[in-house]
Amino acid sequence: MDKLVDKRRVTVTVNGEERVVEVEPRVLLAHLLRQGLGLTGTHIGCDTTNCGACTVLVDGSPTKSCTMLAVQTDGHEVRTVEGMAQASELHPLQEGFKEEHGLQCGFCTPGMMMSAMALLERNPDPTEEDIRWALSGNLCRCTGYQNIVKAVLWAAKKMQPAVTA
Amino acid sequence: MTALDEIKIGGLGSSRKRVEDDRFIRGRGNYTDDITLPGMLHMEILRSPLAHARIKSIDTSKAWQIPGVRLVLTGEMAAQRNLAWMPTLSYDTQAVLATDKVRFQGQEIACVVADDPYIAKDGCEAIDVEYEPLPPIVNPAQALAPDAPLIRDDKEGQTDNVCYQWEVGDKEGTDRAFAQADVVSRLKLHYPRSHPSPIENCGSIANFDPATQKLTVYMTTQAPHIIRAAVALVAELPEHMIRIISPDIGGGFGNKVPVYPGYVCSILCSILLGKPVKWIEDKSGNLISTGFARDMYFDGELALRKDGRILAARFHADTDQGAFFSDAQPSKFKIGLVHSAFACYDIPVGHITARGAYTNKAPGGVAYRCSFRVTEAMYFQERMIAAAAADLGLDPAEFRRVNLVRDEQFPYRTPFGFLTDSGQYHKCLQIGLDAIGYDQFLKDKEDAAKRGRRLGIGISTMTEPLGAGNSREYDILGIKMFDSAELRVHPTGKAILRTGAKTQGQGHETTWAQIVAHELGIPAADVLVEEGDTDTAPFGMGTYASRSTPVAGAAVAMVSRKIRAKARKLAAHLLEVSEEDVEWELGRFYVRSAPNRGVTIQECAMAAYGNMPDGMEPGLENNAYYDPPNLTWPFACYIATVEVDPETGVWDVLRFVAVDDCGVRINPMIVEGQIMGGLTEAYAMSNMQFITFDEEGNCVGSNYMDYLLPTAWETPGFELHEVVTPCPHHPIGAKGVGECAAVGGPAAFVNAVLDALSDTGVRNIDMPLLPDRVWEAINTRADISGAPPVRTD
Repeated sequence: MDKLVDKRRVTVTVNGEERVVEVEPRVLLAHLLRQGLGLTGTHIGCDTTNCGACTVLVDGSPTKSCTMLAVQTDGHEVRTVEGMAQASELHPLQEGFKEEHGLQCGFCTPGMMMSAMALLERNPDPTEEDIRWALSGNLCRCTGYQNIVKAVLWAAKKMQPAVTA
Repeated sequence: MTALDEIKIGGLGSSRKRVEDDRFIRGRGNYTDDITLPGMLHMEILRSPLAHARIKSIDTSKAWQIPGVRLVLTGEMAAQRNLAWMPTLSYDTQAVLATDKVRFQGQEIACVVADDPYIAKDGCEAIDVEYEPLPPIVNPAQALAPDAPLIRDDKEGQTDNVCYQWEVGDKEGTDRAFAQADVVSRLKLHYPRSHPSPIENCGSIANFDPATQKLTVYMTTQAPHIIRAAVALVAELPEHMIRIISPDIGGGFGNKVPVYPGYVCSILCSILLGKPVKWIEDKSGNLISTGFARDMYFDGELALRKDGRILAARFHADTDQGAFFSDAQPSKFKIGLVHSAFACYDIPVGHITARGAYTNKAPGGVAYRCSFRVTEAMYFQERMIAAAAADLGLDPAEFRRVNLVRDEQFPYRTPFGFLTDSGQYHKCLQIGLDAIGYDQFLKDKEDAAKRGRRLGIGISTMTEPLGAGNSREYDILGIKMFDSAELRVHPTGKAILRTGAKTQGQGHETTWAQIVAHELGIPAADVLVEEGDTDTAPFGMGTYASRSTPVAGAAVAMVSRKIRAKARKLAAHLLEVSEEDVEWELGRFYVRSAPNRGVTIQECAMAAYGNMPDGMEPGLENNAYYDPPNLTWPFACYIATVEVDPETGVWDVLRFVAVDDCGVRINPMIVEGQIMGGLTEAYAMSNMQFITFDEEGNCVGSNYMDYLLPTAWETPGFELHEVVTPCPHHPIGAKGVGECAAVGGPAAFVNAVLDALSDTGVRNIDMPLLPDRVWEAINTRADISGAPPVRTD
């Protein structure tokens, strides 16, 4: 029991800011973000890595933060929904979700946007099929996904370089 | 001076973007688990691993020894406060923490409060419980057998496992009609047990302040005022010292209507400790212990004339209610609205019997995206209609044309006593058939069959009763099912609106403001909408059963009209004419004889605070309680086309057409979002989503690895169409819509798959139509039952 409460020092960059935290080895990344750092935009839905509500980007890869220990992020970079908007300017994905009614209760939305962000960073011009596959690790119970797909397409279009032949 | 453009100010019919999105897309939503109070402790629940067992002993001593554990609560301790049991919303009782025996797997036995949730979990693991196993009962047939062990031996006078028995209709008349039938068509089926499963689980933060004696509870509830009344009754606290706050909710779908033991335990622990206590359920806790839905066995018949007319309908339904009858069952709803079955068809007479059985499963029967039991009723109806058409050798579209209630028959009294008031059923059906290209598909299907391919088409048409309800018939805990709105217009013409409903994704913060804009001409952007805090919101019955727009939405229109009536007096005063000479156009009163002389609603608002006529009370605030004269009756026609792979039993949706008539649409974008979400749940039910139990009563489907929900990858696209038949009694002509697609959709998919198997003689495959079930049906040419297995030793 004593070993469990021995805390470890973790240095992790969260949304561009270096944070040094003391955590128990058993603490999940999702709990560090939500309780330790107050970043409650990352939600917890299931216990089995299926729902994707807790998806964040770890070194750019979409990662379910309920399945990663906080200590594993030592020396790594984590991005959450709170880091999407730059100053007051929304990320095109955030705009797209609102424009295309890609959310209802909003609970899956942060995880959904983080998965979509990872997709757009590696594939700026995805097809509908690409999007559906990339988001298949994120469950939504409200929308039926059709408008989420549209939201990502909206963002991809907005993020395209303006120059066209 | 030209009138305001209603669409521009975000009024009725505007697809206004949602205002609530601004916080959700930034990760700034405020869900229950996002809230932290100073000094807050954390609670975890220990659950039973067995479905049916006597509790011999509970040893909590090791849990108390763990550093950081503050309280270990057992049923025995709760009993000292008279809280080991609680009343349910349906006049049954439910154990808060088990004392005598456990009656389902996952039942709450004890809870541990600690400094952090990890320590609280350690505490639960340190509790030793000794059980004496009892035979588990996992379906109604087993429960109702003569020698079945008694599950509810806690209830005085209960000698069997019957939970309720009801009937409705005209038995003799129905029997006479069946005696005259040319053909009697029969169908037996099971609507499987399911779980609404919002992504956010249930939870609460109870904060009893010993100094003020006030209890504040933040919780995931769709009906905060009902909870306040229930807490006042259960915990015997004065109602004015209870504040229920329902913050943002991560989906409800009926799962967040009942009162759960976790809520009660967090309240009791906070009272005992004098500190805030947070309980956040995990997913497996949510799936195995809270609000199941469906699990209903139908056996029914239609009496038919050769020309296709339905002469009578009769059926029996056995329902698996689980260990405690805990659905939101208004006392006067005879049969959970199952008797809305066949309401869209012109059938002269019918008779229904229904029986509920206690089993060793979690308390079931919540209204999962529906009004009580209408989903099961409509599914049985549309499967029965398809089977009857096949028995008569009639095209199912033509069979519906013959029997659907015609426009000129409204208002129409159904054989079970409902009054449907409006609709254009034949028009909706025709739009659907045209959109899918019905005749062409039938040809394509025939051609494909020649090449060994199995195509199928399925139709589902239905009207359902939404918006409980008129208070003559519907109540919860004796409180009538009206709803309310309070509108305060500030001096500058901006406003705040509060209602007794509670949004969980439906977009009330956006749409209620649109109703105010429509009634008063105040731009929707100038109206702040708040819900969910019982200290500030007017008393209301909450959001479920698609009742928000039919009831609370109507109250919003009515309170706006009260405000307008006072503003008219202020306008007359400002314009120095008599009230009779004042005319209204959107946002402005003017003098009838001099239309250029007018005052805006904003000018009236300022006058209400600074320039009212002599004798007038200051202010421009009011409230309205709306008691609807009837339910609303939306209509839907859903048509699916599918292809079944005979080698694997896998089926793909080729196309899906939806025609919804939900009356006047406040925000078309949001209505379409509701329909697509509902259709996805319908697809899920028909294809993959169910929770079953093994013969020991173990829940198979207690996590998202076993409980399959559709992702973006599987979910088909939906083609939406609309017809608008305004509701004759609703102030803005709207009808409920949130649940229509989830209610009417499943039968379209299932009818389509069975149509693809029409040459096999298979009449029924129980949902979900898993590949192995479809494959087996094709290869054995036999119906496939989905009823759970029963232990035979």
